[in-house]
Amino acid sequence: MRKDFPILDQQVHGQPLIYFDNAATTQKPRGVIEALRSYYEHDNANVHRGLHELSSRATEAYENARQRVASYLNAASADEIVFTRGTTESINLVAQAWGGKFLRADDVILLTEMEHHSNLVPWQLLAERIGARLRFVPVRDDGTLALEQLDQLLTTDVKLFAFTQVSNSLGTINPVAELSRRARNAGAVTLVDAAQSAGHMPVDVQELGCDFLAFSGHKMCGPTGSGALYGRAELLDAMPPWHGGGEMIVSVTLEKSSFKKAPHRFEAGTPNIAGAIGLAAAIDYLEAIGRPAIAEHDAQLTSYAMQRIAELPGVRILGPAGERGAILGFVMNAAHPHDLTTFADQRGLALRGGHHCNQPLMRRFGLPGTTRASFYFYNTQEEIDRMTDILGDAVSFFS
Amino acid sequence: MSTELEELYQEVILDHSRRPRNFGALEKPDVLVHGDNPACGDEIHLGVQFGADGNLQEIKFSGQGCAISQASASMMTMKLKGKSRAEAAEMADTFKNLVTGEAGEPSKKLGDLQLLQGVRKFPQRVKCAMLPWRAVEQALAQTAGEATVSTEA
Repeated sequence: MRKDFPILDQQVHGQPLIYFDNAATTQKPRGVIEALRSYYEHDNANVHRGLHELSSRATEAYENARQRVASYLNAASADEIVFTRGTTESINLVAQAWGGKFLRADDVILLTEMEHHSNLVPWQLLAERIGARLRFVPVRDDGTLALEQLDQLLTTDVKLFAFTQVSNSLGTINPVAELSRRARNAGAVTLVDAAQSAGHMPVDVQELGCDFLAFSGHKMCGPTGSGALYGRAELLDAMPPWHGGGEMIVSVTLEKSSFKKAPHRFEAGTPNIAGAIGLAAAIDYLEAIGRPAIAEHDAQLTSYAMQRIAELPGVRILGPAGERGAILGFVMNAAHPHDLTTFADQRGLALRGGHHCNQPLMRRFGLPGTTRASFYFYNTQEEIDRMTDILGDAVSFFS
Repeated sequence: MSTELEELYQEVILDHSRRPRNFGALEKPDVLVHGDNPACGDEIHLGVQFGADGNLQEIKFSGQGCAISQASASMMTMKLKGKSRAEAAEMADTFKNLVTGEAGEPSKKLGDLQLLQGVRKFPQRVKCAMLPWRAVEQALAQTAGEATVSTEA
């Protein structure tokens, strides 16, 4: 399988590359790179309006990609899939188009303390603009959500509950179906940030019972700048347009325009056609391996890494001890995250050091940042053994 | 061990990061500057007390950060203690040139601070080395009071 990923076969600073920054972005298999190349070499044209062969092909491939995403998420219809640049844009779309229309001053937007900045800042901007209030589900010391407080937090003025499926710093897997059910019972709409889960485990929007779900293609073997928003048809249909421009209109006069239905209403301008096609190729690749198999590999590798890292002196792992995503954030007494990542990089090991777009969460744990290793199905136990050796050397070097 | 790594983390630098000198808070600083590097969460609180002659009579720092920012702060306070404002400002310029300028012979005036030249090969780490100097430049710009600076501003 590693041979499907040409980038993995290289030396960095004279050492074989170990790529453990998969929570930031994953590498791309040859099939995805080929899909992009083939599209540009054979079918490239603008979509939805050209009455020529290439445009028909591009349009068909683009709309097939939408269908592919819909089936991947088990959405009821492809009309529930809006292509975006990724999770961040998807969340901003909901905040501005849905939130801008349906939220009022003093309404409450419920988030959690573990949200990535992409599921925090868009709500801050909206709250500031309309006078809504933000409220947060606390994170326990073990990195899980304080669910015993949820009923108390889900008051009748909570109109939206937005939360991540897998924490990008802690690795915590949140019980999305339960959270969605409790939010719905309380009358709140739900948005799930699936950036760290969509490429790692089965994600079935109907089973989860969420209203919106956002994810990025580049964190699941797809091209950068690809991604989508799932929205329940009833909600998308009630939302006003977001960006205005070509592609999203039915007719335009100098004074006024009428707009297409969802999802095209939310895709102004020439979309990332190649990105959508590459994303569909990534989905084909992931489904050939199977998401349950990926989740199983994640779990084995992560539990092995936790066991190996725990052998090192003065190292503390953040987040839940039990089930978690393929993400390990840790702190080492001997070395600051930036010193450690610089050290690791010189040995060919790509880790991430810093706040991971989780500044409030880092403050919650009283840390300036952590060092993070995050895995994907192409990583191996042998790589984890080498990481453990390198981290052990770092302990000696910096102590 | 790679040569670059050994150049970056020389023994003197690691020693300053493990046992930073002039670490702590001044009882009565004339100027207190809070500096932060939001990209990595590093922070420094730099206190300066000026003497009757206007020189930097006392200078201390606290905060948390990587080995590079801690060592840079520690060596900086040693270097600047007792210097006039003009000398300190010139030293700050010389240091900035050391870590960001074109390769060349480092100025002898910097003493041990020259060892931080290894940062040049690690562009992402230049801000770490510069954080305490951004703070002292702000301190030199005023005679009293508190201020904040950021590497991202």
